[in-house]
Amino acid sequence: MAINWYKYASPASFYTLAGKMVPFFAIIAIGLLIAGLYIGFFVAPSDFQQGEAYRIIFIHVPAAWMSMFLYVVMAFWAGIGLAFNTRLSSMMATAIAPTGALFTFLALWTGSLWGKPMWGTWWVWDARLTSELILLFLYIGFMSLQAAIDDPRRADKAGAIIALVGVINIPIIYFSVQWWNTLHQGASVSVTQAPTMAATMLTGMMVMVFASWMYSIAVILKRVRVIILERESHTTWVAELREKGAL
Amino acid sequence: MFFWIVQRDLLLAVRRRSDVLTTLFFFIIVVSLFPLSVGPEMNMLRTMAPGVVWVAALLASMLSLGRLFASDYLDGTLEQMLLSPQSLPILVLGKALAHWMVSGVPLVMMAPVLGIQYDLPLDALFVLTFSLLLGTPVLSLIGAIGAGLTLGLRGSGVLVSLLVLPLYIPVLIFGAGAVEANMAGIAFDAHLSLLGAFLLVSIVFAPWAAAASLRVSME
Repeated sequence: MAINWYKYASPASFYTLAGKMVPFFAIIAIGLLIAGLYIGFFVAPSDFQQGEAYRIIFIHVPAAWMSMFLYVVMAFWAGIGLAFNTRLSSMMATAIAPTGALFTFLALWTGSLWGKPMWGTWWVWDARLTSELILLFLYIGFMSLQAAIDDPRRADKAGAIIALVGVINIPIIYFSVQWWNTLHQGASVSVTQAPTMAATMLTGMMVMVFASWMYSIAVILKRVRVIILERESHTTWVAELREKGAL
Repeated sequence: MFFWIVQRDLLLAVRRRSDVLTTLFFFIIVVSLFPLSVGPEMNMLRTMAPGVVWVAALLASMLSLGRLFASDYLDGTLEQMLLSPQSLPILVLGKALAHWMVSGVPLVMMAPVLGIQYDLPLDALFVLTFSLLLGTPVLSLIGAIGAGLTLGLRGSGVLVSLLVLPLYIPVLIFGAGAVEANMAGIAFDAHLSLLGAFLLVSIVFAPWAAAASLRVSME
């Protein structure tokens, strides 16, 4: 049976679909989170070089991956919204931004917590740290631009342009920062870990990565539902929901 | 059309000379504040100079972005320009060029003088000026996107800095990097080539993105 995907481009039908999907993803996220943290803290052995401090990777690595991945997804939806003028795509982009910024912040924060015992400093101007910081600036720029515009459709389109300009610039910024760093012969530390990782460590990390995925999907769908209600509050289908007492 | 826009914007700038001078003096003051805050030690100043001059140029160019479209937006000229059958990206390119000639070129000409204050050697002064000459047009072009997006918004001055400054980072790195490489006695032509590449890429893409942002803002 073919599914009519276009049906779900309508905020009204997507609202119901997302409502069904949120608990599903939320439960998986919680399950994976418990499993991942259990493996991370109780099963995985301590590292012979880094001791217990390496355990930060169970949060740090998923957060860093999600922060970059979510920016691309956000730019993708924003671009779709700009090209096809679909309202729901732009709402998705708006819903993704806070979660992406949260993960970026988490990656920076946990990274500096790890850096203190390992490198003896909270912050080094390493290429990866610097580009992650710039990524945070890009998220904040996107969100503050959308927040400054009162008309939601204009906010969608303006946000889409800055997200697309940002996504083109990310590789340029990344390589500039990397080259800048090598030129300056920065602090003689390396973020790269020992290449071999115990199997349980890898399992724990991957479980946490999936937990972050599921968490992001659940939270973003929840947030997009709120945005749909806010923007569609004048429509009849929302009024009907209100009458039925579903809100 | 392109030259007409450039000519018109330059004429407007000449009629209101104080705007140009304000940007220039902002640049000079920011650069002069650094020795006062970190001390007059010449060796340190010399190593800081490329970065300080470049950051000040970034800020000065960004501060003047407000004037790029705002006055045309307020008196309705911009709306007429959007309605005209001429290509909007070309028009934006003209406005960005005029903006650069008004706010960028004075900075480029002033930079060697400020470099002397920081005791830069002669060939470093040349590299500094040349890197600014290649880099400041990129700032005007990228800035046009931000200026278009924030047109008519409250607090647009601060907002445009949030949007535009992260995108300026590659220009800053290679602009200041060229001078530092020259002072360290290593080849700096790769930096200048990259700055030139940024300039070409932004001439092609930035007017197009800025035109799209103007259309969004003027709906």
